[in-house]
Amino acid sequence: MGMTFSFLILAIMTLAGGVAAMTMRRLVHCALALVVSFAGLAALYLNLGAEFAGLAQLLVYVGAIAILIVFAILLTRGGEGEPEGSFSPSPAGIAGAVAALAVFAVLTWAVETSSVARAGAAVAAPQTTMREIGFALMQRYVLPLEVIALMLTAALIGAVILALREKRNEPADGTAQKQGLRA
Amino acid sequence: MISAGAVDQVFVTLKDWIVFHTPAPLQTLVSIVIEVATIIVVFAALFALTTVFERKGLGRMQNRYGPNRVGPFGVFQPIADAVKSLTKEDVVPRAADHVVHYLAPLVLVGVVFLTYAVLPVGRNMTAVNLDAGVLYFFAVGAATELAVFMAGWSSHNKYSLLGAMRAIAQMISYEIPLILSSVPVIMMAGTLSMVGIVEQQARTSGGLAHWNVFTPWGLAGFILFMIAATAETNRSPFDLPEGESEIIAGYFIEYSGFKFALFFLAEYLEMFAVSGLGITLFLGGWSAPFSFLGWIPSWIWFFGKLLTLIFGFIWVRGTVPRLRMDQLMNFAWKFMLPMTLIVIFSAGLWRFLSAAVVGPMPLGGVIRWLVCALVILAPYITLARGLERGRRIEKRVYRYAE
Repeated sequence: MGMTFSFLILAIMTLAGGVAAMTMRRLVHCALALVVSFAGLAALYLNLGAEFAGLAQLLVYVGAIAILIVFAILLTRGGEGEPEGSFSPSPAGIAGAVAALAVFAVLTWAVETSSVARAGAAVAAPQTTMREIGFALMQRYVLPLEVIALMLTAALIGAVILALREKRNEPADGTAQKQGLRA
Repeated sequence: MISAGAVDQVFVTLKDWIVFHTPAPLQTLVSIVIEVATIIVVFAALFALTTVFERKGLGRMQNRYGPNRVGPFGVFQPIADAVKSLTKEDVVPRAADHVVHYLAPLVLVGVVFLTYAVLPVGRNMTAVNLDAGVLYFFAVGAATELAVFMAGWSSHNKYSLLGAMRAIAQMISYEIPLILSSVPVIMMAGTLSMVGIVEQQARTSGGLAHWNVFTPWGLAGFILFMIAATAETNRSPFDLPEGESEIIAGYFIEYSGFKFALFFLAEYLEMFAVSGLGITLFLGGWSAPFSFLGWIPSWIWFFGKLLTLIFGFIWVRGTVPRLRMDQLMNFAWKFMLPMTLIVIFSAGLWRFLSAAVVGPMPLGGVIRWLVCALVILAPYITLARGLERGRRIEKRVYRYAE
């Protein structure tokens, strides 16, 4: 089967990206490794014939989220002198591992008990075209779509308001100004 | 006598012939290799041609000669440039992040070449006819920002980091008007497939093709699209990320030799790709504007339109001065974004002003055209006036350069 071979390559790429994102020293390297993982996931979607999901994953995660992460790293740490990444067992590390295992267990359980898994390979993959997705979004799911759009707009405006410099009673010295911004 | 159809399909026939004469297990592979190799060779050759074209054109506009030493009229200049960039020392700064520094130009060129996969350069001449072609183009194109960041960050130079920051801010800001200005076309075509969009525009009625640019929303959308495309490809007057006079060369300041040539190549390829998208969406792709010109091969139409748009880019570069960062951002968010939304509204109006509403075709068509144009023009004038208000235009005073 040609499908399994390409799946293998993409799965290795995705997993390697994920592992590298956790283990690399410099934060920017971690972010770039995470991008490899995102791109691998998008390619997996495309490999499965889910064109829209794959391209949306690429557009949103590689095009936007990755840039956001990178900007956050640069603006908070300057990309210099990161602390050494270590895997010594700490309470936080153990808690993280437990949480990851729990998520993995729940996902495995959900996949294994889903109707598709029970039916086995007999079910043909549903063929969805862009046109059908468009009709579904604009007719059946138009209300959820609009609610999400409204929420995102509100979040955007909220972010702008948080970032706005307070103009009204601007204090004279710099320290007070910083406190004013934080408040 | 060779028919026009045979000339039109000559490359397709040639490919089919080669594929037919290869052993059956290799046919898919050979077919893919031919398509990929053709795209790389043709557009790299176009890049070489454009560098001369641009330097000669800019020279003409700036009242100088341009390259005129290698070959007749300097046409072999790209060969000299290639030899130069291949033999130059590849300098990597000691403080640079070597792996990322090495990967950045490769990722950039690779990603830009990927966008060509869905571009219809002629009738039946599309490498992959994706159902979501336009989405693919934007999704893959979005990865160029990351490559630019990789180049700027890994060089470990404050100018290159500044250039990368500028480039990312600019590309994200102008990506929104770029995508939104192509939305009306997708709305009217009812498909995201590039081949489908071109085929709808290739239809003719009364000798005139149904190009989107002939409609008011298409015309306004095309202008907005090309402005956003200029910014998206960091071309002058939006070349702040390079800004030779302020940050020397921006994100590729620490690149030399062939890696620099790769950045140069990627910039031009991006320009061709986004022009190709503009042609596909608004200028009817490979189709002829009038039905009596239909005998000219489709690929000549596409590349003719492409060269015309490239000349437009060169002309703008030779004419318009560079913007300031705040002007750039204000222009994107306060002017481009509202205008694209208005164009989408006008396209919707155009869709519903059918013959039943505005009357029979000749007069009704004119009324529909004028109403939809007015819907765009009135907000444009109001918006421009509103943005102008409170700004006094007076004689510029040079404080430091007297």
